[in-house]
Amino acid sequence: MAERLRFRGGGFVIQRKRHAGWIAGFVIIAAWQASSSLGWASPVFLPSPAGIAKALAGLALSGQLARDVSASLARILVGFSLGASAGLAFGLALGLVSHARAAGLPIVSALFPIPKIALLPLFILWFGIGEPSKWATIGLGVFFPMAIATYSGVDQVPRTLIRMAQSFDVPTAAIVCKVILPGALPGILAGIRISASIALILVVAAEMIAAEHGIGAFILSAGNLMRTEDLLAGVCVLSALGLTVGWAVSRAERRLLGWR
Amino acid sequence: MRLIAESIGHRFGRLEVLDGVSLDVAKGEILAVIGPSGCGKSTLLGILGGLLQPTEGAVSTEGAPPAGCLNPLTYVFQDFALLPWRSVAGNVAFALEHHALDAAERDERIAEVLATTGLAEFADVLPKQLSGGMRQRVGIARALAVKPAVLLLDEPLSSLDAQTRELLMEEFLALWLLHRTTAVYVTHNLDEALQLGDRVCVLSRRPGRIREIVTVDVPRSERDPSRLAPLRQRLWRLVQDEARAADRETMAPVHG
Repeated sequence: MAERLRFRGGGFVIQRKRHAGWIAGFVIIAAWQASSSLGWASPVFLPSPAGIAKALAGLALSGQLARDVSASLARILVGFSLGASAGLAFGLALGLVSHARAAGLPIVSALFPIPKIALLPLFILWFGIGEPSKWATIGLGVFFPMAIATYSGVDQVPRTLIRMAQSFDVPTAAIVCKVILPGALPGILAGIRISASIALILVVAAEMIAAEHGIGAFILSAGNLMRTEDLLAGVCVLSALGLTVGWAVSRAERRLLGWR
Repeated sequence: MRLIAESIGHRFGRLEVLDGVSLDVAKGEILAVIGPSGCGKSTLLGILGGLLQPTEGAVSTEGAPPAGCLNPLTYVFQDFALLPWRSVAGNVAFALEHHALDAAERDERIAEVLATTGLAEFADVLPKQLSGGMRQRVGIARALAVKPAVLLLDEPLSSLDAQTRELLMEEFLALWLLHRTTAVYVTHNLDEALQLGDRVCVLSRRPGRIREIVTVDVPRSERDPSRLAPLRQRLWRLVQDEARAADRETMAPVHG
């Protein structure tokens, strides 16, 4: 007698569910709001989403939000640019020059694990309490992941492409610009993604230690004054900043790495 | 251009891959090189084009390259070696950009080779959008764009399926008949070697030595399977023992 074959190939395929993320977020916020409205959560220790939104609106209207965000962004911008460009150059050297790799890689491995915020007091002694000490902390934090990402990106460029370029007598500088840099770009962009979030962490930490303005300073002072609505409003701003950076890197990846 | 290799020997560390290989490729000749995998065919080709420094021996050329030649010794690679972020035309341009050509001349060369390889309508397409056969056509177009004096082909059809291989072989032969460029064609495929080569050099297993150089004394227009059968038989007998022995070898010394 013929027996119908049992299908056994199902499962293990992740499908795209478009609205699930929005629904989950809505459910969590609604439950949170409900527990606040019902009086289950203390407004001091866990303010309601509506309260946080109101605080956020107030901060935006008073201009304090713009002032703190721009102070933090300026620090990130300077520190990140310095650290990322130095890290890129150093990573290229690690990837391309045998001596640089032999000498540089152990140094990078030794210094990379240091939480860079631990060096802020030293940088304050060196550069003063002002902006340069924060730039240095962020820059150093960005430098190492950027150098490592660039170096491994360079390592991932297929040798055959370099040999091909050499077989056409392409000059070394042109090989670096036209073969190695574009080939390492996926790694470099991954490095930018990681180091941007590190920069965000470090700017907040540095501002909590020594700053008048900036999101970190704002969150710290709100906590000291038990203004938890303001505190969480600042946290929301940080989340938005992180999301924006991630989105921008994803866009850059789509534009620049369409060839993959 | 004539290409002469004198007693080439090469070792990677303690591993001897080539031993006393001497070749003389006449102007306008295709020399096919066959041998079992791991016999140093690709190493030999790397040495012939100056991409590898041989441990022993030397390579020289004789005669002037053709007019307009920008890169006398030019490779076609097994894995195509195309820049994935560049279009078809961009990949061909890559071989020309560092030469003192004005833009018009460069575009003209690109258009010409894309036309002869049947790629004209794919000029702006990225490699990832192309089939393997089309990718290798780009590799060939790029090689032709520099008007080479010697073509060094490293198993150019090995990563293609059988039908595509057949098609590209015909196309390559037609192109070759136009310019009659000196060529060294490395392959592990006896039929490719017999279809394309004026002579077939059979290498032994590692360390690669020349076992024999067989002249294909059938005119290219008459090379059908029945005419080539005796030669094929002879080549297969030369290769099969080597292939069997090479197959049973371990790639690296086993410890223990």
